[in-house]
Amino acid sequence: MNWLTNNVLPRIRALGRKKEVPDKLWEKCPSCGQMIFHRDLEEAQRVCPHCDHHMRIGPAQRFAAMFDNGDYSLIELPEVITDPLKFRDSKRYGDRLKDARSKSGDQDAMKVAHGLMGGNHVVIAVQNFGFMGGSMGLAVGEALIAASKLALAQEAPLIVFAASGGARMQEGILSLMQMPRTTIAVQRLREVGLPFIVILTDPTTGGVTASYAMLGDIQIAEPGALIGFAGPRVIEQTIREKLPEGFQRAEYLLEHGMLDMVVHRHELRASLLRLVDLLRNREAKRIVAAPAPEPVAAAEASAENGDKHG
Amino acid sequence: MRNYLDFEKPIAELEGSIRELEATANGSSGVNIAEEVAKLRAKAEQQIKLIYSKLTPWQKTQVARHPDRPHFGEYVAGLVEDFTPLAGDRAFADDKAIIGGLGRFRGRSVMVIGQEKGRGTEGRVRHNFGMARPEGYRKAIRLMEMADRFGIPVITLVDTPGAYPGIDAEARGQAEAIARGIDCCLSLKVPFIACIVGEGGSGGAVAIAAADRVLMYEHAIYSVASPEACAAILWSSPDKTQEAAEALKVTSKDLERLGVIDTIVPEPLGGAHRAPEEAIRTLGDAIEAAMAPLFAMEAGQLREARRRRFLEMGRVIGA
Repeated sequence: MNWLTNNVLPRIRALGRKKEVPDKLWEKCPSCGQMIFHRDLEEAQRVCPHCDHHMRIGPAQRFAAMFDNGDYSLIELPEVITDPLKFRDSKRYGDRLKDARSKSGDQDAMKVAHGLMGGNHVVIAVQNFGFMGGSMGLAVGEALIAASKLALAQEAPLIVFAASGGARMQEGILSLMQMPRTTIAVQRLREVGLPFIVILTDPTTGGVTASYAMLGDIQIAEPGALIGFAGPRVIEQTIREKLPEGFQRAEYLLEHGMLDMVVHRHELRASLLRLVDLLRNREAKRIVAAPAPEPVAAAEASAENGDKHG
Repeated sequence: MRNYLDFEKPIAELEGSIRELEATANGSSGVNIAEEVAKLRAKAEQQIKLIYSKLTPWQKTQVARHPDRPHFGEYVAGLVEDFTPLAGDRAFADDKAIIGGLGRFRGRSVMVIGQEKGRGTEGRVRHNFGMARPEGYRKAIRLMEMADRFGIPVITLVDTPGAYPGIDAEARGQAEAIARGIDCCLSLKVPFIACIVGEGGSGGAVAIAAADRVLMYEHAIYSVASPEACAAILWSSPDKTQEAAEALKVTSKDLERLGVIDTIVPEPLGGAHRAPEEAIRTLGDAIEAAMAPLFAMEAGQLREARRRRFLEMGRVIGA
């Protein structure tokens, strides 16, 4: 594996393919089954105009929707050891990885960008479920560590959009070790007082939920997103009964105290803007707030004086 | 009666013959069987050596789950004086899949925490087969934080198929509990040793194992998923469990090479279950040796070094 086959070839292939395949004009909503005009769907950030179902979206669309004027800079992510275990199931992991890279034009399942959001500098990391189920191996771990480092260097908040089936099994124990590694990335931000905000999107499960995705200062989820540790199938097999309606959905987690809020995709940017503003202006607010009691005290004092004199 | 694993059949046969011979000799006096028994014993030992010198990853998985293998209770009885269990997460319940408490290890106060799989049907159900719910991890966090406040080192003994995958566990935030567990491990300022003594099953294991030093028994396993789960997911076939065990690289040798564990703790011939006392003593010595240099480090330095070790993991892999 060299830089050429890993980086350049997939991008060239992706470019070529984009030209070959004409855009679909209509798309069927997987939830309500209605046909939606492609351009309308894209404009609505892939939220169904009929039933409000939030479809999965990738890093490019997230970044475009979050940053001011859609302006942002992607950062180059650290290279990692490819296929550290020389893993092979019915297919070589190395080949699966190559396929995923050439299909997506991306190196792995997380991308990191920085730019302005409501005038505040922010770093945003987006996990791509379309890339091997958004699974977390060495590459995603390093990407989150890099995102945290960038946020530290820029003294900026870190916002992460999680979407993942969990740890990347083909990297074995090393994928499990991304849980402590990404947790350290979060701790570094916490210890200097930089906000870490997580948006859980459909689906977020396994080792990702059980590490950085549940450690946000603020935990937001998109409506209807499946969020949990064990997948619903595993639970059904274990307990041998049907799962309750709405189990492990965003609204269920909110009700059980696991989230701060469930936010519609169209309101996400506004919510994040407000939260970052509120979290970042803490010091300034104290200074503004501090003198406030004085007039009250003065008023009370004068009232007392008034009493005396009256 | 000893429990034998499938691949231990030749050993079972030899040891069976020895028992038969001894039984016959007891019945009729005057028959000299000493020589024959000694021969058989030598043969059996040879067989054990042969089989245990080349265990496959799947066989190791079976040894790691052996019903006679020592459990948390036995380790504590053998290594910790004045063990005082402390119960509950102060929020919901006391989860008996994770046990923890104060005690004295080789003259020093320690906090010992670990999964207990339980013995016998009743015991296994009581301890939920060592599969903790959120309250188990939250109890572990409470105890680790207490140890930190009192400057008491933490020792964890990891032996779990994984965190419990159930409706109640999910409802109470299994993922969050595990995440906070890892977070707590990496926040401690006291020396912290984790020992993978049986099964190190996925997130349910790492939640109490992100330590300064990670020790692992020779025949223990530590993995992102059980070979069964991996076979079901990646091969869509439960018959591929052996292949999955192989591919996942779950053995102590593999993990040492990958830089995930620090020390392999040797087991008695034929596994820890054949000579539990010896195995437990060896583990105690290894914990003591691993802990000693940590006391020389400053608290802040210790925590930063722990974090750096994890950050470096997987960046360079030895041959």
